[in-house]
Amino acid sequence: MLIKGVGGQGIVTLVAIIAESAFLNGYDVKSSELHGLSQREGSVQAHIKFGKKVYSPLVYKGQADLVIGQELLEGLRSVELAGSQTKFLINMFNSPFIGSMKEQEILDELNKLPKDKLNLVKASEICKDKLGNQVLSSVYLLGYAISRKLMPLKKESVLQAIKNVIPEKYREMNIKALELGYGQ
Amino acid sequence: MKKILLGNEAIVKGALVSGVSFVSGYPGCPSAEIGDEFGKIAEKNGVYAEWSTNEKVALEAAIGASFSGLKSLVNMKSFGINVCSDSLLPLAYTGTKAPMVIVVADDPSCWSSAQTEQNSRAYAYLSHIPMLEPADPQECYDFTKLGFEISEKFNTPVILRTTTRVNHQKMIVDFEEPHSAKATRGDFVKNPKQFCTMPPRVLEMKAELLEKTEKISAFAEKSSVLNKVSGRRTSPQLGIITSGVAHLHTLEALDEMQLSAPVLKLGLFYPLTEKKIAKFIKGLKKVLIVEELDGYLEKEIKAIAKEANPKLQIFGKDLLPVIGELDTGKIELALSKITGKKFTLSKESASIAKAPRRYPKLCQGCPHLYTIAALKRIAPNAVFGGDIGCYMIAGYPPHNTQDYEFAMGAGLGISHGVSKATGQKVISLMGDGTFFHAGIPALINTVYNKSSPILIVLDNRITAMTGHQNNPGMGKNLMGKDAEELQIADIAKACGVKNVKVLDPSNIKELDATIKEFLEKDEVSVIVCKLICALLARRQQAAKE
Ligand SMILES: Cc1ncc(C[n+]2csc(CCOP(=O)(O)OP(=O)(O)O)c2C)c(N)n1
Repeated sequence: MLIKGVGGQGIVTLVAIIAESAFLNGYDVKSSELHGLSQREGSVQAHIKFGKKVYSPLVYKGQADLVIGQELLEGLRSVELAGSQTKFLINMFNSPFIGSMKEQEILDELNKLPKDKLNLVKASEICKDKLGNQVLSSVYLLGYAISRKLMPLKKESVLQAIKNVIPEKYREMNIKALELGYGQ
Repeated sequence: MKKILLGNEAIVKGALVSGVSFVSGYPGCPSAEIGDEFGKIAEKNGVYAEWSTNEKVALEAAIGASFSGLKSLVNMKSFGINVCSDSLLPLAYTGTKAPMVIVVADDPSCWSSAQTEQNSRAYAYLSHIPMLEPADPQECYDFTKLGFEISEKFNTPVILRTTTRVNHQKMIVDFEEPHSAKATRGDFVKNPKQFCTMPPRVLEMKAELLEKTEKISAFAEKSSVLNKVSGRRTSPQLGIITSGVAHLHTLEALDEMQLSAPVLKLGLFYPLTEKKIAKFIKGLKKVLIVEELDGYLEKEIKAIAKEANPKLQIFGKDLLPVIGELDTGKIELALSKITGKKFTLSKESASIAKAPRRYPKLCQGCPHLYTIAALKRIAPNAVFGGDIGCYMIAGYPPHNTQDYEFAMGAGLGISHGVSKATGQKVISLMGDGTFFHAGIPALINTVYNKSSPILIVLDNRITAMTGHQNNPGMGKNLMGKDAEELQIADIAKACGVKNVKVLDPSNIKELDATIKEFLEKDEVSVIVCKLICALLARRQQAAKE
């Protein structure tokens, strides 16, 4: 699975939760994330794979089962890397820059994808409204993904993973975000 | 115990169980989390840890610790080894007293590196220092331990050469949690015969080094963990030799293509186990060498094959790229060319517009923005020297105020050359971290050899780009202890710069006026733009709340 977004969206935390949860589900797991320039709102990409046996930490072109786009344009960018089986879960959040496409243009392009593969969700907006914090959109998307079976992880294991990897101070709000996404 | 660990975390664990007591380094991606983590846990584990002023000083600190009997770990990114190489080479001659492991993290594909796509493996040839290449976090842990063992056995430093996809890879790692230890004090016992590299001893030392390398090679030939073979020999008699993370992509490629072939994975890049390789290639018809960046292994193996198996067909960089990291797809393509087995990439069929490129941006409220804007406003025709740090974003649109950008501290050195060669007005940017790292000798050169650039030090009170590490200008060190807060302006004055001004760049009037004033000078001048990094300020605020 590929996770794409821009810096500061909680992607590293999301990878940690998914990896831990896969581990708790008894899967082998590998992930790869990039740090660095991403802090400066550059594109961020993380790879995560779990299953009976995982060798490489990288998803190569066409191989992803699921792409989580934390941002619209980054979601669109990931289509290049997608295969015919790839499903998309994309946050309707736009981080524009000079020379980017208009939001409507991006949506028009994304809507060319087959309907059964594309999930567009207003995760940032909902998290901001209901939880007062956009960064939780990552965990919201995770809740959405497991309830729609876009990812074969059990909810209990994700909750346990949140307990294992998130510092106590932030635990409660992450669980709320997960529940919110799950119930959507 | 089993836990999901990042490669860098596994290196820290490996060093701790090996009993490391002295850690020095310089931050950079993708190795910075090693030092950052030690900053947090050093004290309770009886370890001393520091961010040194640069990688050369970091290595030298560890050499001092080793000569005094303390186990040490040095950590840096790829370019760090260039900086410390002047001391690295003599260290191979003297050898260590207490064990030392040096982590050097390369970044194929330049995910978080400007400068070059460096392949630090070449330093093994240059220095004759053994070099280990882990493929995943489990090996990060195992090889760090092994590195200390080899270092102890042969009194040699050992380089642990990693890549971004190893440092920033996560997997389930089986490791031992170290028990916390008391700080140990070293004891320096004089031994100039070992510690001084001077003629006539120096050539004897070289002979000893080459002998030692032979012994390490013989040791490695017998090791079953350093270089290991997996897979079965099958009919087309194709074998694969690989190293680092490429090993994992190779196993996946074979699995996906349902090919079975023997794979020799070289965990020790230097010295190469020639006998083991010769044995592996004997009887094969074809071999594919899967390594990232330059084909160093391929060259070596071609030489070994001349005797061991002259008819062997050797594939490598003819089928795999020299530029950029490898992945399973690239290796499957190479294998399909060799075996004739079909390989097609799955592709999303909807035809969709290409997303425009996203450049990294300076954060909202970044203090560098004031200075970069002022350059365009006040001196649009000046030559702009860039350097390494967040402010190199000045080189991207919409700013475009960077005419050259090389390596840490190099901007001002080049600006001196441009200023001398042309007499044109040159404005050079440099961060506070970079100033302490390598900026000072270049500044002295502008004074000593009389050139007239303006150096603007972007003092955002932190080494920001690499993830917010403390530096000598901040009054705190890695372990969070109070330290002397070095004043950049005082250093500039002590270097002989007469025109020095410290200001807050958000005071635009003063910034503009100062640049104007200094543009008139026919000698070097320094402006220190002092304003805290906006991200750091927000974090400090959040921590208070
Ligand atoms: C020799 C070397 N070591 C480490 C690095 C990694 N690195 C990239 S930018 C940077 C420091 C930037 O700090 P500073 O100059 O204070 O600028 P800021 O990012 O805070 O604006 C470092 C250490 C490098 N590029 N080269």
